[in-house]
Amino acid sequence: MEELLSLFVKAVFVENMALAFFLGMCSFLAVSKKVETAMGLGAAVVFVLIVTTPLNNLIYNGFLKEGALVWVHPSFETVNLDFLNFLTFIATIAATVQVVEMTLDRFMPALYNALGVFLPLIAVNCAILGSSLFMVERDYGLTESTVFGFGSGVGFLLAIVALAAIREKMRYSNVPPALRGLGITFIVTGLMSIAFMAFAGIQL
Amino acid sequence: MAKNKEIILDPLFNNNPIAVQVLGICSALAVTTKLETSIVMSLAVIAVMMGSNIAVAAIRKFIPPSIRIIVQLTIIASLVIVTDQILKAFVYDISKQLSVFVGLIITNCIVMGRAEAFAMQNGTKASAADAIGNGFGYSIVLLVVGFFRELFGSGKLLGITVFPLVSEGGWYQPNGLMVLAPGAFFLIGIFIWILRWRRPALVTAD
Repeated sequence: MEELLSLFVKAVFVENMALAFFLGMCSFLAVSKKVETAMGLGAAVVFVLIVTTPLNNLIYNGFLKEGALVWVHPSFETVNLDFLNFLTFIATIAATVQVVEMTLDRFMPALYNALGVFLPLIAVNCAILGSSLFMVERDYGLTESTVFGFGSGVGFLLAIVALAAIREKMRYSNVPPALRGLGITFIVTGLMSIAFMAFAGIQL
Repeated sequence: MAKNKEIILDPLFNNNPIAVQVLGICSALAVTTKLETSIVMSLAVIAVMMGSNIAVAAIRKFIPPSIRIIVQLTIIASLVIVTDQILKAFVYDISKQLSVFVGLIITNCIVMGRAEAFAMQNGTKASAADAIGNGFGYSIVLLVVGFFRELFGSGKLLGITVFPLVSEGGWYQPNGLMVLAPGAFFLIGIFIWILRWRRPALVTAD
């Protein structure tokens, strides 16, 4: 239990998807103009990550890993399909996003309308695919990958909402014309990233 | 021909994918701690984008609009798998350093973005030119950022010492911030600042 908790805290703060690994940057910068929309996107990312990371973990361990196909037939012991990682993961993610979208539309229309256009966009958010690839690289189990997926999602949510809040306030400041928009956003993100680096010293 | 030239030259600065179109930033930041990895990453992205733009342009009339995203993703993912295998076979060390970021070319918005915005409407030749232009526009930012991060962060270029470090008996005290995440954000921010200051037409409100 303690291990899982430390994995979670690590995924949220120390190894924050957006600020330490630069994942999901495109939507991070594009959808952080308002706190409200940032919240919507963040929530959707958390949701999709909780579903896809463990799902990809099951697929990887059950089909793609070297020797994983033994359960089909003992002679498949040496079959190694892990070069199919990318293709399978992205297909799982796209399919999950689609299913999530349809389910929400049917059963929770309020939430569906709140998330709106962000749901389909999530399929190409690198934070989602990135977290599945990190899961493979670091050899997480099923529980670990669920916790890791949840943690990375919360980390992303935290970062994007904080950035959106800063950008809302920044509208009242006098930024040099050439730096307005994207330039100053990058510099603010850099400053936030320095702040998050303070967590790196934490030993859990 | 003049049109193709324009398609190639325009994305270098005026319509730079990273600084102006805001596409493909994730990988631009993560792989630029060294010049070497930046070069390999640029080549990989150019190769994938060439392949995907040409393939999408070639079959654009047969793709039903409702499933075009999944078709594009499949094409891109297959090309990325090939690239990844080639990198693993020939430059294994660098491929280890790039770690998950080769795979993330799939969700690199540049490749998808160009396939969707350009290759779906134009012929193969123009699409190839567009891929070259945007590929180089992307590479320029990567190389500039990689150059400064390696030079100031570790006093080296492509692994060759340029500024001898204090710890090795030289005079240069490396700037640790450059190799860490925030350094990349600042450098890209400054790159955009300079670009927009030289090209006032690109300045945005907000």
